[in-house]
Amino acid sequence: MSAHTTELVVFILLFLLVSGMGFVASRWRRPTDLASLNEWGLGGRSFGSWITWFLIGGDLYTAYTFVAVPALVFSSGALGFYALPYTVVVYPLVFLVLARMWSVSHVHGFVTPADFVRARFGSPTLALAIAITGLVATMPYIALQLVGIEAVLKAMGITGHLPIIIAFAILAAYTYQSGLRAPALIAFVKDALIYIVILAAIIYIPAKLGGWDSIFDAAKAKFDATPAPGDGMLLNANNQLQYVTLAFGSALALFLYPHSLTGVLASRSRGVIKRNMSALPAYSLVLGLIALLGFMAIAAGTKPVTTDGKADTNTIVPMLFDQMFPDWFTGVAYAAIGIGALVPAAIMSIAAANLFTRNIYREYINKNATDAQEAGVSKLVSLVVKVGAVLCILLLDPQFSIDLQLIGGVIILQTLPSVALGLYTRWFHKSGLIAGWAAGLAAGMWMLYLIPNPANGKQHFGGSAFALSNLGFDTKMTIYAGFLALAVNLVVAALATVIFRASKVADGADATARGDYFADEGDPQVKDRGLTASH
Amino acid sequence: MTTGEPGQPRTDRSPWNWLLVLPIVLPLLTFLFNSDEPRLLGFPLFYWLQIAFIIVGVTCTTIVYRMTK
Repeated sequence: MSAHTTELVVFILLFLLVSGMGFVASRWRRPTDLASLNEWGLGGRSFGSWITWFLIGGDLYTAYTFVAVPALVFSSGALGFYALPYTVVVYPLVFLVLARMWSVSHVHGFVTPADFVRARFGSPTLALAIAITGLVATMPYIALQLVGIEAVLKAMGITGHLPIIIAFAILAAYTYQSGLRAPALIAFVKDALIYIVILAAIIYIPAKLGGWDSIFDAAKAKFDATPAPGDGMLLNANNQLQYVTLAFGSALALFLYPHSLTGVLASRSRGVIKRNMSALPAYSLVLGLIALLGFMAIAAGTKPVTTDGKADTNTIVPMLFDQMFPDWFTGVAYAAIGIGALVPAAIMSIAAANLFTRNIYREYINKNATDAQEAGVSKLVSLVVKVGAVLCILLLDPQFSIDLQLIGGVIILQTLPSVALGLYTRWFHKSGLIAGWAAGLAAGMWMLYLIPNPANGKQHFGGSAFALSNLGFDTKMTIYAGFLALAVNLVVAALATVIFRASKVADGADATARGDYFADEGDPQVKDRGLTASH
Repeated sequence: MTTGEPGQPRTDRSPWNWLLVLPIVLPLLTFLFNSDEPRLLGFPLFYWLQIAFIIVGVTCTTIVYRMTK
């Protein structure tokens, strides 16, 4: 413990600083009244380009990403680098889609993707399916942020769960009080720290290891020496399709997550979103460089922390920092990861709480809920969600959360036809969408069940690389399971739509108009949500 | 394109949008650059080129935003 005193002191000081900011945030850009979801859950829907950039960046590039992506590069090589093309592809992909989502949401006061589906397809059942899918996909993601903090604590030699419980209790308290304003304000500190740490890491560490050439050569030597077919410093014939479909499938999924949309809907105008689509790739650069920390760890001969005989590769980056940096700077780096967990955890719990409030509480429990009641329910649920995440980590094997998050990516993709395609076309029948959603989920779960992980001896849910040989093809090629599941979803939704239309099954009514999808700030139908009631 | 003069229905259609296809497709054509050589500053082609695609993405989205504002 004593060897880590400096690191610990720096870590705790920075942690206390952002906790203070979290509480003060309730007075930042203060509205007359925080008691509505537009204020508590969406920060007044008034964030400009800068705040939105920090907020969405802080939200999408999570502590878990910073820990798990280099860990994957460390153990598999090139395949782990999928995170870079994934975050290059995503912004041009959603450039037009998110602008439409912003417009229609501001005209109608939508807070969640399920709100939109409810109005567009006139189906509470479909909206409920979308909401539950979002909740199930988000919950393990919150738990994983704890895994990120835990990796840092482990590297500092701290074991036991008390520090995590304290950290999450503080987080829960200021999220309860300040809502989305808390993570928006803390994101400034988080991102500043991350940029400083990464800049230092990519200059300082390669200099100590003899340059990038020798880092990549060391990695190549390691992968050439292992018998595993899936790893290597380059892709091979068998995992190239997996790399491409994983990058593309993850890009399709990213903005279907409720918490990503929370950041988008909190922005002030369409222009803010479009400008951010050009500016957010700055984080992709950071992520790409972070991924390469995995190779640096190979070249430096870093060993992950081992507990109970099992090596935890998630500790590889913290251990690399510990090995390379002076103590005080390692403390800063650890704080960057720790605080990096708080921002997304706060936004995710707010998004999950909003889903429950809008699409379950308001739909099924209290149809005439006032703004204040909605905000009250959301605040309480955000607490429940965080307690649930902590319990997940305390009571279950963390591996369970990692599996669930993997599944989460596959199942959130199944909301694409309703949420993303729904912004473009009303052609699908509401029941067709439900059928496609169910078929996609079933196919996705079946494929994930069939995927083993030889590295840790798991028989099922061992990854997302589905072997095409399972479908009778004579090949060793693998493909991202979510991608195939989405294809099943789309085919079933389209076929069912044709059948339901032909047999004249009643469809829901569309509450949106064409012009709603292009409305912008200042238009008469885009009300100032900060001043008026949402309904 | 989305400025919407009075009387004209707004739309987000524009030929400029096709420019968005480039940064979506390019990074996914891994067979073109799945190679070690040529290295740049010690980075194998596979790594430095994908990092360079970030610039392609930023350029394309910025142009589309400016031209359709």
